[in-house]
Amino acid sequence: MTGGQVLAPILVAGAQIVIVGVGGLLLLGLMRKLRSRLEGRVGPPIHQPLLNVRKLFRKQRVRPEESSWVFSAAPVVLVATAVVVAAISPLATTRPPLGRSADFFAIVFVLLLGSAALALAALDTGTPFGGMGSSRAMTIGAIAEPALLVAILAMSIPAHTSNLPVLVRLGLTHPQMIASPGRILALGSFAIIILAESGRLPVDNPSTHLELTMIHEAMVLEYAGPDLALVATGEAMRFSLLLGLLVNLLAPWGIADRPGAVALVIGIAMLAVKVALAGVCIAIFEVFTAKLRLFRVPELLAGGFVLAVLGTVTALVVR
Amino acid sequence: MNGSAYASLLELTSGLVLVCAVVTMWRRSLPAVVKALSLQGVALGAAALILGVHQHDVVLIAVACLVLAAKGLLIPTLLGRIVAGDPSSREATPVVNVPASLVISAALTFLAYGAAEPVVRLIPTTAGRLVPLGFATLLIGFFSMVVRRKAVSQIVGLLLVDNGIALVAFLATAGVPLLIELGASLDVLLAVGVLRVLASRIGSKFGAFDLDQLRELHD
Repeated sequence: MTGGQVLAPILVAGAQIVIVGVGGLLLLGLMRKLRSRLEGRVGPPIHQPLLNVRKLFRKQRVRPEESSWVFSAAPVVLVATAVVVAAISPLATTRPPLGRSADFFAIVFVLLLGSAALALAALDTGTPFGGMGSSRAMTIGAIAEPALLVAILAMSIPAHTSNLPVLVRLGLTHPQMIASPGRILALGSFAIIILAESGRLPVDNPSTHLELTMIHEAMVLEYAGPDLALVATGEAMRFSLLLGLLVNLLAPWGIADRPGAVALVIGIAMLAVKVALAGVCIAIFEVFTAKLRLFRVPELLAGGFVLAVLGTVTALVVR
Repeated sequence: MNGSAYASLLELTSGLVLVCAVVTMWRRSLPAVVKALSLQGVALGAAALILGVHQHDVVLIAVACLVLAAKGLLIPTLLGRIVAGDPSSREATPVVNVPASLVISAALTFLAYGAAEPVVRLIPTTAGRLVPLGFATLLIGFFSMVVRRKAVSQIVGLLLVDNGIALVAFLATAGVPLLIELGASLDVLLAVGVLRVLASRIGSKFGAFDLDQLRELHD
C-alpha cells in the first residue's frame, strides 16, 4: 500500500470534519444574520458564532459542585459522535473513508448517543431547568426517532440497501429514484425531524432564554467556558450534518463521485452552497413561523411519522 | 410519453392524492383543509389526464378535464365560501386527537395495502399497482367523517371517499365511460351544493357548525 492510499482517506475525512465544524458555526451565523435582516435589524456578523466559541475556549473551566463525570463527559461525547459521523458520511464525496460502515441506521444511533449524553448531563446537575429540558428533549426524541427510522426504511426499500454512500450515489445514477413519491415523502419527514432534533423554530426557539418554552437551552444552562464551546460546536455540527445529508439525498449533484483533489474541492464547494441554501430556506421559514405550543409539537411530529409511513407504503406499492 | 416518465408521473400524482388526504387529517384550520382538498382534486385530475394521454383515449382526457374543473376548482370554491362565513373555522376538538388520528391513518394505509392485494394481482399494469393508494384515501375519508365534528370537515370526508373511489376507478379500469363519470361528478356536486345550503342554515340558526351540539330536538 502506497503512502497516497493511506493519506487520501485521512485527508478526505479531515476535510469533511473541518467543513462540518467551521461550516456549521458559519451556517448558524448566516441564518441569524438573515433573520435579523428580514426582521429589520442589522444582526451580528456571520462569523460571530466562531468568535463566541473562540472566546469561550479561552475562559476558565467552571463546573457545578455536585456534578459527576457524566456532566464533564457529555460535551466530549457530543462532539466525538458528530466528528465520527462527519468523517464517514457522504458529504463532499460519495466515497468517504469507511464508507461501507456508514449505514444510515447506525449513523442515526451514533448521533442519538450524543443527544442522550446531553440529556443525562442536564439531569446530573440536579437543577429543575436541566431536568425539565431533558424530559422535554427526550419526549420529542421519542416521537422523532421512530419517524426517522421509518423514513430511512422508506428510502432503503427501492435501493435495497441502507448504506448512505450507496443511497447518495444511486441518486446520481438514477435521478428518477429521487422523484419517486416514496423518497419525496421520506425526505419531507426527514426535514421535519431535522427541525425537531436540532431545536429549530416550530419546535424550539433557538434564540430565547425564556424558561417556560426552552428545551435545548434548558439542558445546557449549567455549562460554561470550554464545555459550553464544545456543546455549541457539537450542536452546530449535528445541524449541518443532518442538513448536509438531507441536501445530498435530495439533490446529490456536484458531490465528488471520483477520487481526486479537484473533484473533492468542487464537492466541498457544492456542499457549502447547497447547505447554505437549505439554511436560508429554514431561516426565511422561521421568520414567518411562531413556536408551537409544547403540547402541539406531537401533532407536528406525528405528521412527520405518517409521512414516513406513507413513504414506506408507496415504496412497497411502487416496487 | 415514454414508459418510465409515465410511471413516475402516475406514481407522483397518485401519491399526492393520498398525501392530501392525510393533510386534511393533520391540519386543524379549515381553510387549509379545503386547500388540501383542492390540491387533491387537481392531483386526481392530473392522474386521469396522464392515463388518458398514455392510452390515447380522448374520452378519458375529457373526463380528466371535467374532474379538474369540478373537484379541483368548483367544489373547493363552494366549501371555501362556507368556511369564510364561519368565524371560528378551526377543528378545535376532534373526537380522536390529531396525533392519534394520524397514527390511525397510517394503520389504515397499511390495511388498504393488504386489502387491495387481490385487486393488484388481477391488474398487472403500472396503474394497477397504485390501486392501494386509492383504497387508503377512501378509508381515511371514512375515518375523517367519523371523528370530525365540524360540518365542513364531514363534507370533506365525504369528498375524500369520493376521490378515493374515483382514483381506484381510473387506475383499475383505465377509463370510466364519460356518462358514468358525468353522473357521479354531478351527483357529488349536487350533494355538496345541498350540504352547503344545509350548513349555512345550521350556521345561521345555531351560530355554529359544530354538529355535536345538534344532539337534542328543539321546538
